[in-house]
Amino acid sequence: MTRRKMFMRMITASLVRRRSRMVVALLAIAVGATILSGLVTIYYDIPRQMGAQFRNYGANMIFLALGSEADFNMDSVNEAVSHIDSSNLLGVTPFRYETVRIHEQPVVAAGTDMKSAQVTSPYWHIEGQWPDSDKEVLVGKKMAELLGLKEGDSFNVPFVVQEDPDSVLNLGIDMKVSGILDTGGSEEDYVYMHMADLEELAGATERLDVAELSVSAAQDELKAYAETISEKVDGVSASLVKRVTQSESTVLKKLQALVFIVTVVVLILTMICVANTMTAVVAERRKEIGLRKALGASDKGIIWEFMGEGLLLGGIGGLIGSFFGFAFAQFVSIHVFGSSITFQPLLLPVTIIVSIVVTGLACLMPVRNAMDIDPALVLKGE
Amino acid sequence: MSLLELKNISKIYGNLKALDDINLKVEKGEWVAIMGPSGSGKSTLMNIIGCMDKPSVGEVFLDGKDISKESARSLTEIRRDKIGLIFQQFHLINYLTAVENVMVAQYYHSMPDEEEALEALKRVGLGDRAKHLPSQLSGGEQQRVCIARALINHPEVILADEPTGNLDETNENIVLDIFRQLHEEGATLIVVTHDPEVGEVAERTVILEHGRIKSDKQNEDFGKQI
Repeated sequence: MTRRKMFMRMITASLVRRRSRMVVALLAIAVGATILSGLVTIYYDIPRQMGAQFRNYGANMIFLALGSEADFNMDSVNEAVSHIDSSNLLGVTPFRYETVRIHEQPVVAAGTDMKSAQVTSPYWHIEGQWPDSDKEVLVGKKMAELLGLKEGDSFNVPFVVQEDPDSVLNLGIDMKVSGILDTGGSEEDYVYMHMADLEELAGATERLDVAELSVSAAQDELKAYAETISEKVDGVSASLVKRVTQSESTVLKKLQALVFIVTVVVLILTMICVANTMTAVVAERRKEIGLRKALGASDKGIIWEFMGEGLLLGGIGGLIGSFFGFAFAQFVSIHVFGSSITFQPLLLPVTIIVSIVVTGLACLMPVRNAMDIDPALVLKGE
Repeated sequence: MSLLELKNISKIYGNLKALDDINLKVEKGEWVAIMGPSGSGKSTLMNIIGCMDKPSVGEVFLDGKDISKESARSLTEIRRDKIGLIFQQFHLINYLTAVENVMVAQYYHSMPDEEEALEALKRVGLGDRAKHLPSQLSGGEQQRVCIARALINHPEVILADEPTGNLDETNENIVLDIFRQLHEEGATLIVVTHDPEVGEVAERTVILEHGRIKSDKQNEDFGKQI
């Protein structure tokens, strides 16, 4: 039998046959590794989780016409969107604004894609329901008060551009209010209708005024997308909605800093806890250390044996902690953010290595102190 | 040249002289019992012979080499290579089996060899108890494992501290029989004991009192009991 095999036989025998003692140490390491691995998982998942939460505050990128407005249409928007990673793109909503007359008053009507608008503007509060079929509109709350409209009311909107300009009759289109839009913002000054209805009223041109996008990405990544699009797509100027992206960035940084500090504190507490446990483990084995010295073990040899046990414990604790840490992170994610997280394979070796290093450092001091044990005194039981 | 020679050894702790000018020679193959009441300096002498302590004054020659000025590290190496220790309280590692306890001594000395360790256990009558943990062995059996561990590296000197102190009469006789057998095979035995019966079976008895050698005599009945 080689010395290495005997070394492994001794340290595994110590862990397996002294399991009632070692379970305490293993528990300390595994709990530390669990919290550590869980917090690191949350730390790295916060941008994604919070990004999804922040998307409830509306679009974070807009496309505007650059140069000739005629060149800004769905084709150029689609070309610009192709530069954004599809897995990050939650929605694109085009808007075209025209002035129409309702109850003889000039009103700004916005033609849009209602389904996309629900994705990019989830914070819109509708009294009633989103327009489902043609000729149904959303009326902003202020505009509804001005025009005296409420949910379910019908009204006529004359054509802006008539097919026959010489005709005296302008029958327009009859529309129905499906809901009142309440946002507390400028959206309350508009009437929102399907793009096809606005084209029918104001003439079918492909021209757009603005496109709003909801993209799940960090501020730096969004900036990079915007720069690439502005550079590579003719007629499109991409910019960030700074009040959204900057708030996101600030909150994210603060949250990550908080989790980072908690992680470091947990790491230190784990090290203290493991060091305490290992000190107790070494203390109760003073006679064994004395015996090993009496049998001719060098200080270095004994340090390696105890460190070997500690490192093996660290590895096992880290492995257990990795899986429980993921379960912990999953629990937090589901209960706090309402969505699940995916297992990060890289975190498994990282947690194990960190646990081994922390346990190794925690073992070092008690084991070094154990080197002062005089075999003669210990073996006499003094 | 004697295997072990102590020249004018004293061990002083503050105002206390645990050993006072001890001179002692042990020849190769000798069986020496060191006896004396509590506080006579037996354990201090054993620690010095066993390279676990150094004298305050004097010289210790083991196999012709003065080891009294050696560093702690050198003493560990000498102890590992030349001395086999047997303890009153056995001091087996409680989570290792009997054979593994024997192999630990091999591990620190040279290379573990399970077959050889099993042979050592068979020699002390424990071939069938090799895979048992110390907690599953009787006191006598634990002491025999301790003896097998002390013998495994073929030491120059076997140093036993009260080897029968925790044993009943039956097991005491078993251990003394093993010592007789070792002596016949030429082993050098130094046994520290306060038990007159254990002292009487040795070839030579050295009696300590107040840190000095009170008497040093050959046992006239030695060999007759065998």
